[in-house]
Amino acid sequence: MSTPVTQRILGRHPLGLLFAAPYAVFLAMVFAWPLALAVWMSFHDYFFAAPGVPVDRPFVGLDNYVTVLGDPDVRRSFVNVGIFLLINVPLTVVLSLVLAAGLNAAVRARTFLRVSYYVPYVTASVALVAVWLFLFSSGGLVNEILGPLAPSPSWLVNAKAAMPVIALFVTWKQLGLFILLYLAALQAIPRDLYDAAAVDRATGLRAFWHVTVPGVRPATTLVVILATITGANLFTEPYLLTNGGGPDGASTSPVFVMYQKGIEQGNPDTAAAIGVVLVVAVLLISLVNRKLLERD
Amino acid sequence: MKSKFLTTSAAVLALGLTAACGGGGDAESARSAKGPIKVWLSNNPEEITWGKAMVKEWNAAHPDEKVTAQEIPAGKTSEEVIGASITAGNAPCLVFNTSPAAVPQFQKQGGLVPLDDFSKGTEYVESRSGDSAEQYKSPDGKYYQIPWKQNPVMIFYNKDLFKKAGLDTSKPPLTTYADFLATSKKIVDSGAAPSAIAPAPSSEFFQSWFDFYPLYAAESGGKQTIEDGKATFDSPDGKDVWNFWHEMYAKGYSPKEKYDGDSFADKKAAMAVVGPWAIAVYKGKVDWGVAPVPTKDGAAPGDVYSFTDAKNIGLYSACKNQQTAWDLLKFATSEEQDGKLLETTGQMPIRTDLATTYASYFQKHPEYKTFADQASRTVEVPNVPNSVEIWQNIRDEYSSSVIFDKTPVDDAISKAAASANDLASGS
Repeated sequence: MSTPVTQRILGRHPLGLLFAAPYAVFLAMVFAWPLALAVWMSFHDYFFAAPGVPVDRPFVGLDNYVTVLGDPDVRRSFVNVGIFLLINVPLTVVLSLVLAAGLNAAVRARTFLRVSYYVPYVTASVALVAVWLFLFSSGGLVNEILGPLAPSPSWLVNAKAAMPVIALFVTWKQLGLFILLYLAALQAIPRDLYDAAAVDRATGLRAFWHVTVPGVRPATTLVVILATITGANLFTEPYLLTNGGGPDGASTSPVFVMYQKGIEQGNPDTAAAIGVVLVVAVLLISLVNRKLLERD
Repeated sequence: MKSKFLTTSAAVLALGLTAACGGGGDAESARSAKGPIKVWLSNNPEEITWGKAMVKEWNAAHPDEKVTAQEIPAGKTSEEVIGASITAGNAPCLVFNTSPAAVPQFQKQGGLVPLDDFSKGTEYVESRSGDSAEQYKSPDGKYYQIPWKQNPVMIFYNKDLFKKAGLDTSKPPLTTYADFLATSKKIVDSGAAPSAIAPAPSSEFFQSWFDFYPLYAAESGGKQTIEDGKATFDSPDGKDVWNFWHEMYAKGYSPKEKYDGDSFADKKAAMAVVGPWAIAVYKGKVDWGVAPVPTKDGAAPGDVYSFTDAKNIGLYSACKNQQTAWDLLKFATSEEQDGKLLETTGQMPIRTDLATTYASYFQKHPEYKTFADQASRTVEVPNVPNSVEIWQNIRDEYSSSVIFDKTPVDDAISKAAASANDLASGS
């Protein structure tokens, strides 16, 4: 029996479309439309103008891309964020998995520890940055403790240390969310697997390596992709912690450069081109990560 | 169904085109219209006090042209909020905090109304501010801002810390670069303060207005960074200024790390680059003295130029009752209101003969007199296309060479000047 045309288009429960519509519209307005507009802007000579002002916005082909890829500040921002991701993503995966496994096993103070890890995630970055400035500035607590071992120049004005400090800050701040993801995944691993491993004398670290790590692999994929996406959007920390991507541009990020060019300098077309390059790069990294992590 | 969709689309498109084409007529009628308007004030408490009192006076005399004043909505900077409101079409009629550096961008966006379009507009601007007005003229020869008030930049020093360092507190040696460096050495070596002076070493485009630019204005005898479309600072004067600050950082007299607070109030630095606003801010906290910015070989205080640090008033094109906005603008910049602004905020109205017009004020407040005198020798940021991008490039090169010593000063200054030449031409 053939399915009626309306049913093929609207599905078996047309009412479902109605319920899904508000979110679909929200997605289209907040994500799809701005993304499409950004792509369009990146191929045109575009600037923000008052409504009703006649403005010529000619098609410029790849000019904006040539400009941004030829700009050493933009290239440097991509290198910086690459360094950031190389530190932040593995550290996030390892720390959140280990801490989640520990929390999963802990009997005492489990709630207290969960809340403690989650608090930085829900605290405003501005407040946390103030704490880290207190810790890592020249006369800060860390240098006081290190004494003669403190780096010179100090952490946040040291071209080699600034980005790693930011990566450490973001790892610590985001850890709560990723621990929660791993906790959920850990609770889905059947107890039988650990019992079977114990029969084979695999306990402790070996059980962790052979049962826990493979058991949370889908969660690891999610953590890696989420950490990559949020990390690639790095902005607040270079803006506040290192005073605008300092020292001498050592901690600028592509989003920070987009802000400078698009908002401060009135060049949203080149800013959009950086954004498109960033989206493509993040998609590629995420695809590679997914392929690597979901291999059997 | 398809034809209905097409008809509706055509109707929407036609409506949009009609609205767009109607813009010209709307603009014409808005220019002469009178009625209620909205204005934005800066978030400086003293300016808000003055602004609210000024608006109250206006409203009492003009019940049919009611003015509503509010602080500029919160944002990273006022310029970003104003830029966004221009794009959204909901900018207020007047903003009493329009940065001269942002005017070229707002003008390009079509967000500003040329004041010359109003009856005797040009005459009003020029008669109030005299020759200083010229610096605020846009490349098309029109005024898209009225020069309102300035905070001429000078050097504040902490007398207690200077005394501790064994320095003269009434006329400390701060006139030449050699004097300034020797004074800084004494401050740091004596342990009077960890730093001699601490301009923000961060990379925001506007930070050069408080280290490089005041000294360049002084050293060059009042030159802007760009004149007649060409960068002027790739010159012996510009290099002297960059080399002076380079030495301040290299010798540890100025910190490379931004202090998270007020280094002058917290006695982490014995000097600061300030405007007259600082008098009220440090009252009762620091026993201060004031000196002009230094020059390489020294100059009489009456010959030293500096940076204006001005904020102006812009009339925005989204305004529906622009004649009221223009009338309010003239009221707010009248001799009487300028006097009240000076009295309330200590900031200097950009008027001819400031010191004589408000002689009684300066007699009562002699501490402001030095700044009033400096106000007659100030230099504004150049009104050129891509202004913010030019300042950002200058800042980046300055950071790299002067603060962090990564590139030679001569190379960096030439690179910044070459980029400024390109950008100022509008490319």
